Amino acid sequence: MPEPSTPSAPAAAAAPPPPDTIIELRDLHKSFGANHVLKGVSLSIRKGTNAVILGGSGSGKSVLLKHLVQLLRPDRGEVWVCGKRMDLLEGDALDEMRLSIGYLFQSGALFDSMTVFENMDFILGRHTNLTPGERRARIEETLDWVDLRAKAPNYPAELSGGQKKRIGLARAIILEPQILLYDEPTTGLDPISVRLVSELIVRLRDERGITGVAITHDLLCADIITDEAFFLYHGRFIERGTLEDLRRSEHPLLREFFGE
Amino acid sequence: MERTGELALFTVTFFRRFWRPPYEGRELVNQMDEVGTKSFVLTAVTGFAIGIVLSMQTRGTLVRFGAEAILPSALALSVVKEIGPVLTSLVLAGRLGAGMGAEIGSMRVTEQIDALEVAALKPYHYLVITRVLACMLMFPILTIWTDSLAMLGGYLESVLASGMDYRVFFNNAISALRFHDIIIDTMKTGIFGFIVAIVSCYLGYTVRGGTREVGQATMQAVVISSLLILLADVVLVRLSITFF
Repeated sequence: MPEPSTPSAPAAAAAPPPPDTIIELRDLHKSFGANHVLKGVSLSIRKGTNAVILGGSGSGKSVLLKHLVQLLRPDRGEVWVCGKRMDLLEGDALDEMRLSIGYLFQSGALFDSMTVFENMDFILGRHTNLTPGERRARIEETLDWVDLRAKAPNYPAELSGGQKKRIGLARAIILEPQILLYDEPTTGLDPISVRLVSELIVRLRDERGITGVAITHDLLCADIITDEAFFLYHGRFIERGTLEDLRRSEHPLLREFFGE
Repeated sequence: MERTGELALFTVTFFRRFWRPPYEGRELVNQMDEVGTKSFVLTAVTGFAIGIVLSMQTRGTLVRFGAEAILPSALALSVVKEIGPVLTSLVLAGRLGAGMGAEIGSMRVTEQIDALEVAALKPYHYLVITRVLACMLMFPILTIWTDSLAMLGGYLESVLASGMDYRVFFNNAISALRFHDIIIDTMKTGIFGFIVAIVSCYLGYTVRGGTREVGQATMQAVVISSLLILLADVVLVRLSITFF
């Protein structure tokens, strides 16, 4: 399904999305020098669902995800998150919005000078008024949730790849966000760890109602977590629907992607 | 030119943000420890060695003119006014420039700085402002320490070479110095500290790519900081001569 390449009328563009839409991108464009990475991307994601953005390397998936937390600003287009224009926020308003979004980085991005416990306490201590005892209880509960409480005193260098992802996930949810962004959540993991991390993502949606947006090219992970899928190619969505819809697509790129 | 402009903007950002919250007091103390306490041995050895060498070199020349008695004064002036501040700053640029460039650069390429950003933890405050302030505060203290060790080295050399009495040595040395020599020439190292930290943090903070680029940023941090220290010294000495 090709994306419309022309922007909407300004009056319509300024209207916020409906209340059940937690994320909406409208005609998003982003270039780095002469490299036009996003070429008019639009999407809507409903509350409490897991959306998966599929695509090959260099298709613009990571760039798209970074716009949702304003790690990048668009050259053109709108980014709506929780009913607010994310791309226009600055200062304290931006920080406040970011606190409602968790981000699982591809490498885990744990602060390597801190232990697992300190990684989480660092964030809790700065953004909550909890006492040290309450913070400890929240951290232990969250580490229990990813089944890695025993790793609290370890440094990131002492963890395996799968453990880093799970700790990264625990850190991402420590402030109880409404939205979680997953940047290649299972890349580089063995199939058992892929299942483990993917099932955690599903549980976050089912048990905590967290909306997920994942970018991946791992089909096992996508099979487990996807409610709605988007296929990005050279900065444009060329197909969207359920994962089955994408599998059944006649588009040659999708047939190649799914190995048929 | 583009990188110079970016460095200028990075520096402007420091002045716009350093007085605004959040105030990372605990991290500032950590960085002062990292910059200061862990550099005491390095700067002590540097100062002690340079004091001995300067004393030996100067003595030979002064003896030829029968002016050995002014050795303590000459040593004090050269150490306090120029060699101490510049050498301390260059040694620290090597240690800290490389450390900051590598640490912050690694954090950038492993997305730790992005992680700070999305967790609303203001990485510029946490990583850059603390390091710059720590260097500005600790460079003068370490310079006084280095100067003191250099004078001690010079004194020990004088005792061994000519049996000079410590009262004669230190009275001569101190009487040669004016108060503002000590203050101005020591305080200028606060500016050198600023240069080392802001350049190294900038190169680490803006690194793109992988370990190779981090290595390049580390090397550039040391080279550029050292060159800027020497250039800034020319300007600051000229200004101090003009105004003091």
